[in-house]
Amino acid sequence: MFPIVKKRVLNPTVTYMEILAPHIAKKAKPGQFIMLRINEDGERIPLTIAGYDREAGTVTIIFQKVGYTTYALDDLNEGDSLLDFVGPLGVPSEFEGLKKVCVVGGGLGVAIAYPQAKALHDMGVEVDFIVGFKNKDLIILEEEFTNACTNLFVMTDDGSNGHKGFVTAALEEQLNAGVKYDAVIAIGPLIMMKVVCDMTRDKGIKTIVSMNPIMVDGTGMCGCCRLTVDGQTRFACVDGPDFDGHLVDFDEVIARSRMYRDEEAESMKKHECRLTGGVR
Amino acid sequence: MANMRLDKNPMPEQEPNVRNKNFKEVALGYTAEMAIDEAKRCLNCKNQPCVSGCPVNVRIPEFLSLVAEGKFLEAAEVVKSTNSLPAICGRVCPQETQCEKFCIRGKKGEPVGIGRIERFVADYAMANSKEQPQVPAKNGHKVAVIGSGPAGLTCAGDLAKKGYDVTIFEALHTAGGVLVYGIPEFRLPKALVREEIATVEALGVKIIPDMVIGKCITLDELLDEEGFEAAFIGSGAGLPNFQKIPGENLMGVYSANEFLTRINLMKAYDFPNHDTPIKVGKTVAVIGGGNVAMDAARCAKRMGAETVYIVYRRSDAELPARAEEVHHAKEEGIIFKMLTNPTKILGDEEGRVRAMEVIEMELGEPDDSGRRRPVPKAGSEYEMEVQTVVVGIGTSPNPLIKSTTPGLETQKWGGIIADEETGKTSREGVYAGGDAVTGAATVILAMGAGKKAAAAIDEYIQNK
Repeated sequence: MFPIVKKRVLNPTVTYMEILAPHIAKKAKPGQFIMLRINEDGERIPLTIAGYDREAGTVTIIFQKVGYTTYALDDLNEGDSLLDFVGPLGVPSEFEGLKKVCVVGGGLGVAIAYPQAKALHDMGVEVDFIVGFKNKDLIILEEEFTNACTNLFVMTDDGSNGHKGFVTAALEEQLNAGVKYDAVIAIGPLIMMKVVCDMTRDKGIKTIVSMNPIMVDGTGMCGCCRLTVDGQTRFACVDGPDFDGHLVDFDEVIARSRMYRDEEAESMKKHECRLTGGVR
Repeated sequence: MANMRLDKNPMPEQEPNVRNKNFKEVALGYTAEMAIDEAKRCLNCKNQPCVSGCPVNVRIPEFLSLVAEGKFLEAAEVVKSTNSLPAICGRVCPQETQCEKFCIRGKKGEPVGIGRIERFVADYAMANSKEQPQVPAKNGHKVAVIGSGPAGLTCAGDLAKKGYDVTIFEALHTAGGVLVYGIPEFRLPKALVREEIATVEALGVKIIPDMVIGKCITLDELLDEEGFEAAFIGSGAGLPNFQKIPGENLMGVYSANEFLTRINLMKAYDFPNHDTPIKVGKTVAVIGGGNVAMDAARCAKRMGAETVYIVYRRSDAELPARAEEVHHAKEEGIIFKMLTNPTKILGDEEGRVRAMEVIEMELGEPDDSGRRRPVPKAGSEYEMEVQTVVVGIGTSPNPLIKSTTPGLETQKWGGIIADEETGKTSREGVYAGGDAVTGAATVILAMGAGKKAAAAIDEYIQNK
């Protein structure tokens, strides 16, 4: 069992948790992920490692409530435990030789992009960090973000914080202004990563994306997370989750992400029933 | 006087049209009377050809004669002295190519139903034996076992019996390896697997789940920092192979591993009570002819598919699956499309499978495996309308351990190079066996390898 030692509700849909798992905290590196299972009937889901404290032996996960399991996870509190917590899985991010980088995080990706930005910043890399939210009330971790980069750009879809537009608009502005990046790291919704890749492709800027497809085991056993990269089938769990975004077949990944749309809706009904005793 | 009946006592089974709608065990097991009657068919041959056909050398005539006398618990002791997982082996061993293949009774009529009697004896002992196994005195030496499938469990059990302090590291959340994620409930009930594993734990073996060796901790760290003097790698062949034909990443194409893992390990057949979903179309094609393909096809039927095909590029005679599995699948209404090979999978505008294009094959000259090579018949392509495709054409060893263990030599295809008699690898103190070495094979061969490695590890540590 893996105890939840700290829980913070960052905004109505995003939650922060620290899980006690010393053997994972000891080894974790930015870009890696864990698989978790809440209880005996639970499904296994992958979550990117959002941080770790090697001394305290804790691993941080930040998740958005999007489906049954993430809602159920959010129902848990400090002192509760997760039944299974496995990691660190996947290949750590490669940052060798980078001097100036733009990290772009959209949606839940902002939380996942944070450890990457921080790691780069700690290595002395100049980091422009672009994050996006729906509105100013949903902005999270602003202080942490500020301390993890050289320049922080916070965008809101509705402009309620004074900076209206998607993260891609901010990136475009930087690129058009002639800012030169050794690499762009894009983490967030598939469509956002796809748009970022389309923007950087012609300019020849190396673009790394972090894929988070549906997984079952997370160790290379099932092939559920496969995607096409440069015409080859790769497994996100063991070959990734980071890939060269210009080589990823995003349309296929986007289609595959919808595989269990109907079943996800059915599971959510179950969650609502559990909360309301069937009253909707 | 031996019972000279020519055929085996038939196995009581659920009716095909009932069982293909539930996940309960297909074969119901012999009664005591049937077991005794069947055991009496054994001629007690002097040279015991059956024993040499068994990878773990169960003393077959000895336990059969005890069964014939009604001494079931004593018979179970004989079986268990060389086979730590008899209830499993009695169900999933390919007896027709092992012990029963060499049975003299098979020369005229059917061989003795050794597997069926083994199963009876094991089940009987499980239900009736109150005795707790004695935990052997510890000898102070620590051994790590990677993987809790048949190879790892056997190796761990044998070492524990000799007094070793054994820890098994399992990557998944449940122990058992292929016994729990691969082989379905209707062929091997999971409660029974748990009980057999509990008997190994009762010997003092510790099992730690959720530990992916190579990621959570490396083999070198186990040996250098955690105080293990030797290690056995029984990590199986978990990496699914695909055919590399167009359309394999469409929605609705599963590796057999994924399909079976969702159903068996994650209990997707009980969705939404269990949280893991699966999608099974009205028509399902399973590619491949081995046990895994049979399991997938029979699961698909039980998940409600109306039509399920086995699509295999060779002919009936070359099907690598156990004869009984093929027989059961056919009884349950699985349609066998032999000499047929997929060429591409076709999707709709959403990216979901709508059909599979296949080509007819014919058998040519024998290939390296000695089987006649299937050759495509030019121009014979046609489309099969399917919504789900399960690829069951084999698996390769998972590279996680190899890639994180310097000096561990492997074959080009990924199998760990290990001595056939001892399991010794290129790394001192590191042994390996089962599918991780041979590629996908059988439960009993993995157990045989685990057994040999346990003996070799004992010798290695004692002579250090």
